[in-house]
Amino acid sequence: MILFGRQIPAFFSLLIWGGIWEIVGQLDLVFIFPPLSSVLVALVEVAQRRDFHEAAAVSLKAFSIGMGFAITGGIFIGFLMGRVETADKVLGMWVNIFASAPLSSLVPVLMLLFGLGQLTIIVTVILFSIWIIALDTYAGVRHISPSLEEMGKSFGASRWQLLYKVLFWAALPEILAGVRMGLIRAVKGIVIGQLLVAVVALGRMFQTYSRSFLMEEFWALTLILFVFALGFSSLIGLLEHRVEYYAGTRI
Amino acid sequence: MPTSLQSMPRADDGAPVSKTENIVEVRDITKFYGTDVHALEKINLGIPVGQMTTFLGPSGCGKTTLLKIIAGLLEPTSGEILIKGAPVSGPGPERAFVFQDFALLPWATVLRNVAFGLELRHEAKNEREKVARHYIAEVGISGFEQKYPHELSGGMRQRVGLARALAVNAEVLLMDEPFSAVDEQTRRKFQEDLLHLLAVEKKTVIFVTHSIEEAVYLSDQIVLLSPRPGRIHSIIRPEISRDAGPDEIRRDKNYLDHVEEIWQDLRKYLE
Repeated sequence: MILFGRQIPAFFSLLIWGGIWEIVGQLDLVFIFPPLSSVLVALVEVAQRRDFHEAAAVSLKAFSIGMGFAITGGIFIGFLMGRVETADKVLGMWVNIFASAPLSSLVPVLMLLFGLGQLTIIVTVILFSIWIIALDTYAGVRHISPSLEEMGKSFGASRWQLLYKVLFWAALPEILAGVRMGLIRAVKGIVIGQLLVAVVALGRMFQTYSRSFLMEEFWALTLILFVFALGFSSLIGLLEHRVEYYAGTRI
Repeated sequence: MPTSLQSMPRADDGAPVSKTENIVEVRDITKFYGTDVHALEKINLGIPVGQMTTFLGPSGCGKTTLLKIIAGLLEPTSGEILIKGAPVSGPGPERAFVFQDFALLPWATVLRNVAFGLELRHEAKNEREKVARHYIAEVGISGFEQKYPHELSGGMRQRVGLARALAVNAEVLLMDEPFSAVDEQTRRKFQEDLLHLLAVEKKTVIFVTHSIEEAVYLSDQIVLLSPRPGRIHSIIRPEISRDAGPDEIRRDKNYLDHVEEIWQDLRKYLE
């Protein structure tokens, strides 16, 4: 960002918005916006609570398991669609529908199928993130230069070698972009899942705080989730940066 | 120096060409893309061992298609390819390909790229890297082993592609317009280096180009293809002495006559 001809660091805009939040909060205009300072105090408090630790552990577990399945499944579906014409025809439409559909509405159905526990949350995480990973992988596979594949074949690569020594790496920039977006959607999925199931972990905490009008705690929890999602996605962003040099101009 | 077939009767002495053993035989190759694009029509051709054969012709004459069929990367609609007398389908270790767009692994160093063919054959790491280093030196890019393709110029990338093809020790090198993505000065230097290298390595080379000068300068045998469908128009053997320096060759009357003759042949396809 450039202001009055000077380069301003990106986090500066965060400071400005934080300042606005603080002022609005101090003015006591809307009760759902407590001042940022008191939210931060609540954040420190919430972060130390045992029920938060438990909720975080349960959520992190569901998140990791769900993401694990979503990444392997998404890459698999993406490769299948990218490499096999029939799979593309059969799956393509569905993957696109699921990637753009409002999946939250499906969560109650999942509850019926998988019960009111962790399993539903895991399935929600998978459902939220797998399609975008599949679509991005598909795009990556379709972008692989045909001569790279011919090169593998002409030097005697087996089908399997071609897949894990050439094609996977060639599609990696897009796969990572998909994983990054999948991660963000998975965080959404976990909160929505837990909110709708309503009786577990972070969802229950959100519910409790909003019902009891504990706005400081509510915002503190939201901030923690934001930071978590952002942190994870910038971690993947770093990985992406390492393969970026060959994403645009494939040699 | 043509190697004579042992079974060849002495009476054939009058035709030195037929005495040469063909390492690759192209038999009745016809290729359709889909139902209506007729790329090649009944191509019959012998590629003499240890020589440089060029496929030359206007764009759309199917020269790259023919090369890829010989490489086993494309299926012919009918006909067959024989390598050392045996029919083949698909790629094989006796052929190595050099790609027009280099086809290097962008995430791998020069060293790994050159060793890639051996890596696919499960050769031990230090063994294949030893071979790779040798050919990296031979194509003149020593010191760049740890660089990545995007850090190299186009000419150097193609040297990596050439080293990779040499490293698998195939008898036949298939080169698909290898210099077309390289600037003119680099191209000339590369052509000279290639001739030099082939004199040492004793490979059979099949080379696709659309440059008449390049074909005449490099080839022992030029296969002129006519377009749509691709047919063999004529086969020319320039018989240019390689003893002279590159600049002398380019001023040689024989060289210039061949360039002119081929140009007269090809220009009618442009009208």
